[in-house]
Amino acid sequence: MSAAFEAEGLVKRFGRTTALDGVDLRAERGSVLGVLGPNGAGKTTAIRVLATLLRADAGRAVVDGVDVARDPVSVRRRIGLTGQYATVDEDLSGAENLVLFGRLLDLSTLDARARAARLLDRFGLADAGGRRASTYSGGMRRRLDLAASLVGTPAVLFLDEPTTGLDPGRREELWQTIRSLADDGTTVLLTTQYLEEADALADEITVIDEGRVIAHDTPAGLKQQAGGQTVVVRPRDPAHAGAAAEVVARATGGPVAAPRGGVVTTSVEDEREFAAVVQGLEGAGVAVTELALRLPSLDEVFLSLTDGGRTTPKEDA
Amino acid sequence: MTTTTAPGGTTARPATGRRTPAPRRCPLARHSLTLARRNLTKTLRNPGELADAVILPVVFLVLFVYLFGGAVAGSTQAYLQYLFPGILVLTTVLTGQVATALSLVQDMKKGVFDRFRSMPVPRTSMLLGSVLADAVRYVLALAVLFAVGSALGFRVETGVAPALAACVLAAVLGFSLSWLSVLAAVLLRNEVMVSTVVFLLPFPLVFGTGMAAPVETMPGWLQAWAGVNPVSRAIEAVQGLLLGGPVAGPAAATLWWSGVFLAVFGTAAVVAYRRVVG
Ligand SMILES: Nc1ncnc2c1ncn2[C@@H]1O[C@H](COP(=O)(O)OP(=O)(O)OP(=O)(O)O)[C@@H](O)[C@H]1O
Ligand SMILES: [Mg+2]
Repeated sequence: MSAAFEAEGLVKRFGRTTALDGVDLRAERGSVLGVLGPNGAGKTTAIRVLATLLRADAGRAVVDGVDVARDPVSVRRRIGLTGQYATVDEDLSGAENLVLFGRLLDLSTLDARARAARLLDRFGLADAGGRRASTYSGGMRRRLDLAASLVGTPAVLFLDEPTTGLDPGRREELWQTIRSLADDGTTVLLTTQYLEEADALADEITVIDEGRVIAHDTPAGLKQQAGGQTVVVRPRDPAHAGAAAEVVARATGGPVAAPRGGVVTTSVEDEREFAAVVQGLEGAGVAVTELALRLPSLDEVFLSLTDGGRTTPKEDA
Repeated sequence: MTTTTAPGGTTARPATGRRTPAPRRCPLARHSLTLARRNLTKTLRNPGELADAVILPVVFLVLFVYLFGGAVAGSTQAYLQYLFPGILVLTTVLTGQVATALSLVQDMKKGVFDRFRSMPVPRTSMLLGSVLADAVRYVLALAVLFAVGSALGFRVETGVAPALAACVLAAVLGFSLSWLSVLAAVLLRNEVMVSTVVFLLPFPLVFGTGMAAPVETMPGWLQAWAGVNPVSRAIEAVQGLLLGGPVAGPAAATLWWSGVFLAVFGTAAVVAYRRVVG
């Protein structure tokens, strides 16, 4: 297998800020790489370097076999970029936006129109295609923005926090779209602040913080490193919390902390233990209003990743 | 200044079964026109922007004629004939500058240009596209100016061809000076500052001339400035073309200065843009 893109030791400074401090990124063809990190981690900067919008101060990046510093124009023929903030032109209609990008990608007017129509259809915007983008909802704008980066059928797609600002339903829809793109063989780099999103989409996840890679793993491996998942049980009747705690303890085979606020919470190593919890609750006749297997939050991931001997720059200061 | 890409690129295309259109010739011209069309569509859909560009010269014309006509030329009619060529030049130099600069700032800020820059589109065409779109605004603004002018009683004393030549000459000067606004937009990247600076920047050029009153009535320093001011030459040339009088000398000077402005401000704007955006 060859890498669809590969970056080694990327460094980028803005004045006294070091946005990237030696970042390595790599994805196989047709895979999805999730880049996970908090605000200011350097996610956008990394994407901008790979998409030839910024030149790195040091390091090297190759996209689809082409060096971004040496031949940026060829790289631009192979990539699609959807920035962190929707950049659709509000004065133009959805279709006009897409036709414009088609024209700029050297399609004939006819081809550009056909391509626009197909993409609008694919993204559920066929009916709204003739309307000005200023009348679109946030979700529609995001979808149009994503469609715009696909006009050139790119080999590598860069998506910077593509679901920020979407409601859960819309987010799920966009996830499916991104999955289907990867299934079609497009390599996707996606940044996000949510482990849940990276878990749902990525084949591998690179976690960055303050411009440095602090972990690179598969979603399963990363969850393991972060202390697995958490089972949350909220009995309908708070008086049953004790009984629920017993069920959970039996199912997970470990001690369970005393319920707090009528909610039982404990971490599980193996997702199958969750099924045992469900069965146990049913057997014990405990009705619940909330029953969930929750992924660790970004905070928790960071805590566990940085606890393991590695000090964050914050602690250095 | 065209950056033609090597056909096919230099690296072997890995077989991913994807089709990227082959690069075609003359990307700068093609993409500039595509982007000019985009800007034009945007302008036409924001009638307020268009009205601004069209109304400002007319306001100056009417204001000056009725305020100063009697004092300067003894009658509004005589003054209108004197003033009109200057307002014509003012139209192309001022029209659309602020709107163009503002739309550039917005495109840079909102990330619209980032997307263009992630595509195989020459950097220069993003700037050229917005300046070219101004040409249509000139045509509209000049048409309205001539309509209002003749309604007030202005008469071209030469003919249609010289009048058209006057418009073209003024448009050339306006086009070359647009690059000053582009430069300001790229350097300042802030709506409030850009609208003030770009609005005021051409004032010394436009008003430091004999446009509204004979140069002899001005203080010495202003006379000196009006004497060397390229816009004075353009007004003289337009006067010649509309009302009769010497044309060749001032027209040549206008074209020469336009070339200088284009070379200096155009190059500076492109260089600044590449620097700012990387
Ligand atoms: N053009 C710039 N000029 C100066 N500093 C910058 C610039 N771009 C980014 N930075 C700084 O670099 C660091 C990394 O920024 P970046 O935008 O890459 O983070 P991010 O991970 O995308 O964050 P977010 O989740 O908020 O989008 C931040 O400290 C930011 O302030
Ligand atoms: Mg970002």
